[in-house]
Amino acid sequence: MMLRRSLPLTVVLAVTLLVPLARSQDSSPANSPAPLNERRPPNWLENRRDGWGRPVKLPVKGEKSPPAPKRDLSGIWDPGDGGIQALGPAAMPDDGRPEHNPPFTAAGLEALKETKPSNGFRSTLATESNDPVIAGDPQGMPREDLFELRTVNILQTPVAIYLMYQFGRVWRVIWTDGREVPKDAEPRWFGYSLGKWVDDYTFVVETTGLDERTWIDHAGRPHSDKLRVEETFHRLDRDHLELSVLIDDPKFYTKPWIALNKLVFNLEPQTFDVREMFWEPSEFQTYNKLLGNEAAGEDEK
Amino acid sequence: MKGKVLIGLTLGIALSVLSLPLVAHHGNAAYDPTKQINLKGTVTQFIWANPHCVVLFDVAGENGQVVHWMAETENPTTMTNMGWLKSSLKPGDPISIRVITVKNGKPIGRIVYVETASGQRLPGRIVPTDDSGKSAESYK
Repeated sequence: MMLRRSLPLTVVLAVTLLVPLARSQDSSPANSPAPLNERRPPNWLENRRDGWGRPVKLPVKGEKSPPAPKRDLSGIWDPGDGGIQALGPAAMPDDGRPEHNPPFTAAGLEALKETKPSNGFRSTLATESNDPVIAGDPQGMPREDLFELRTVNILQTPVAIYLMYQFGRVWRVIWTDGREVPKDAEPRWFGYSLGKWVDDYTFVVETTGLDERTWIDHAGRPHSDKLRVEETFHRLDRDHLELSVLIDDPKFYTKPWIALNKLVFNLEPQTFDVREMFWEPSEFQTYNKLLGNEAAGEDEK
Repeated sequence: MKGKVLIGLTLGIALSVLSLPLVAHHGNAAYDPTKQINLKGTVTQFIWANPHCVVLFDVAGENGQVVHWMAETENPTTMTNMGWLKSSLKPGDPISIRVITVKNGKPIGRIVYVETASGQRLPGRIVPTDDSGKSAESYK
């Protein structure tokens, strides 16, 4: 009798406590903050300038791009808004939709509980986040591809391809000389990247040996020491490049999942100066003291 | 009696746990995206910095009282792509500005657009809900 009486209450209590946990994984967008209706103004590109303050010419509408040079990624490439990925990777944003939940293992879910992102469906106040990038740590790989991916300058030599990223002014190297990842490799923020051409226009990069302290994305998806990142660069023509990113981490995810699916980059002129863009903890503190904490604070009495 | 206490406890836990997402990241959650207002004021400072640029400006309120407003935009890289410069605004500039406001009632906004005295419109990334000039609320 006692048990029968207390059962409904227990169920209510259990549901109450479990709903937020479930919502963080398989959640209804109904409870997420109302989205801001954001977009670029229609003519925004007309006033665009490079880091030197010089206007950037727009491509002529309808002009067909010539074919790409073979086995060549070099150039200054801009992914536009698609590379920002504030909610998490473009192909797997943390927006509460079930189809956007990566296939976590039990260990992956445990690790997820430890991350407190400042954006996405599980967002907390930026000042309360334990995002390593907010603290000043490097983004590392694969987050360099999956958050604030802005202009990338790609340089190519006979033995390597170098990528120089606008955000944080960091660079990485992808070796193409046939070497192997060193045995007992010390984990690195950007790991160890090896690349090869699978045809004249498609370059595939495999990165392993990644530091477990980094997050996969801005939504705080974790990774283990078993993470393998596969990037596919596909040169569509002279002026366009595509990038896809696959996450393969059998310890934290039951199967590989696509984080970025054919993000298109446009080729900038060779004279394009890439402006500086950093995450500056001191400026973040100033911003929070001035506005951020006030905006999130208690109601005006 | 014990039952009422338990029900009260359950409801209390439910309310506190379910309300957590409502105080989420101030980037979105702090603002009411449905309400855009127009303001006219004078720039006191323009901070060109990460993570978001901020315009500080004074607005003459009721009874001649000056209200010190703040409005944020995006980071300098994004703003540069949208036609802004560090020199776009300076102290003393008269501006007309359209913002969405924070839910807590403080004079803080996120920029829809700014119009300078010369008539230049500097866009933010919020889509204007009403460009006819007949806004939901208007300040002098």
